[in-house]
Amino acid sequence: MSASDRFTPDNSPAEPPVTSGVWMARGARAAVSIPAFILTAAFVGYAGLARETGLTLAETLAMTGFVWALPSIVVLTGAISSGMGLIPAAIAVALASVRLMPMTMALMPIIKVPGKTKTWQLLLASHFVAVTAWVFAMKNLPDMPREGRLPFFLGFGGAVTSFVFCMTGVSYLLVESMPGMVAGALFLLTPVYFLCSLWGAARLNADRAAMVAGLLLGPVFFAYLPGLDLLWTGLVGGSLAYLVTRIVRRGLR
Amino acid sequence: MGGTTGTLLLETWWPFVMILVAGWLATDVWRWLGVLAGGRLREDGELLIWVRCVATALVAGVISKLILFPQGVLAETPLWLRLAAAAVGFAAFFAARQRVFVGVLAAEVFLIAGWLGVDAVAG
Repeated sequence: MSASDRFTPDNSPAEPPVTSGVWMARGARAAVSIPAFILTAAFVGYAGLARETGLTLAETLAMTGFVWALPSIVVLTGAISSGMGLIPAAIAVALASVRLMPMTMALMPIIKVPGKTKTWQLLLASHFVAVTAWVFAMKNLPDMPREGRLPFFLGFGGAVTSFVFCMTGVSYLLVESMPGMVAGALFLLTPVYFLCSLWGAARLNADRAAMVAGLLLGPVFFAYLPGLDLLWTGLVGGSLAYLVTRIVRRGLR
Repeated sequence: MGGTTGTLLLETWWPFVMILVAGWLATDVWRWLGVLAGGRLREDGELLIWVRCVATALVAGVISKLILFPQGVLAETPLWLRLAAAAVGFAAFFAARQRVFVGVLAAEVFLIAGWLGVDAVAG
């Protein structure tokens, strides 16, 4: 391997005086933003939901930190509360998280310095890929010098995650002493947040059809096939939406 | 190891096993695959469209369950109020050119106002 292949962020000779640390700090500062605020509110709502579901503080925080994708976290919470087994729960969460793969794939060519960035650094950074950080990164990173993008993204993702992590813990502890109505309003925050952001993230008619199908089929499967209802909702509703919109798109081929 | 100690241990640790395997692994594996696949898969390919449909429907199922069958204090509110609040929020989201913040705020304001109204009528 040549010398240029080594990761030397702080003392590359031809580098302008902006170091990785500075980029990271800039990323962290950029984290003070409206999307991050909305995400925090959504997690505050989730803390209330987790507490009502019977999760402990440690479990709630472990989920926030390890999973770091609110839809998957909410699915897993539902799975734990309904006593779902490990394998069905893993399948449900995996199905809810598949979208992270194309998202990460789309981010990779933007964030890496070809021939310089190590795969393990990207694997580490990929943990921050979730709707909020991803939308922000896709929009803002292309305007930055290539060298600064990965540290900037790490600073942004790290700051958002740490802040949300702390706020989730604080609100978990506070929700007990909240008036019932405020707590109730918090529980509604999660579904409404998803209702709006899921629609906003939809790019094709297939996505929108799948959303409508899921909304309608969710309660039906919950009534008739409790336990595995989420899996069935996803597979049946999603496949139905895909097939119908595919036929509309390109006919019976 | 005594039976009760074993059960207790399992009860304490089982949720964390769930979180690590069914949560962390089941989620991060897609991020890792995304890094490793890095642009080799077409984002608008038919397979990925179907995959996105399944994921979207699954999460939408969670949404409607949270609104129709909530847990805790929210379960005390009438179903029509929760549905109306969600509908108002979604409508406001559209009216505000798809700004999530506006949608969430509108739904919350409607819920609280309606809740106070229901309480006032009942009390």
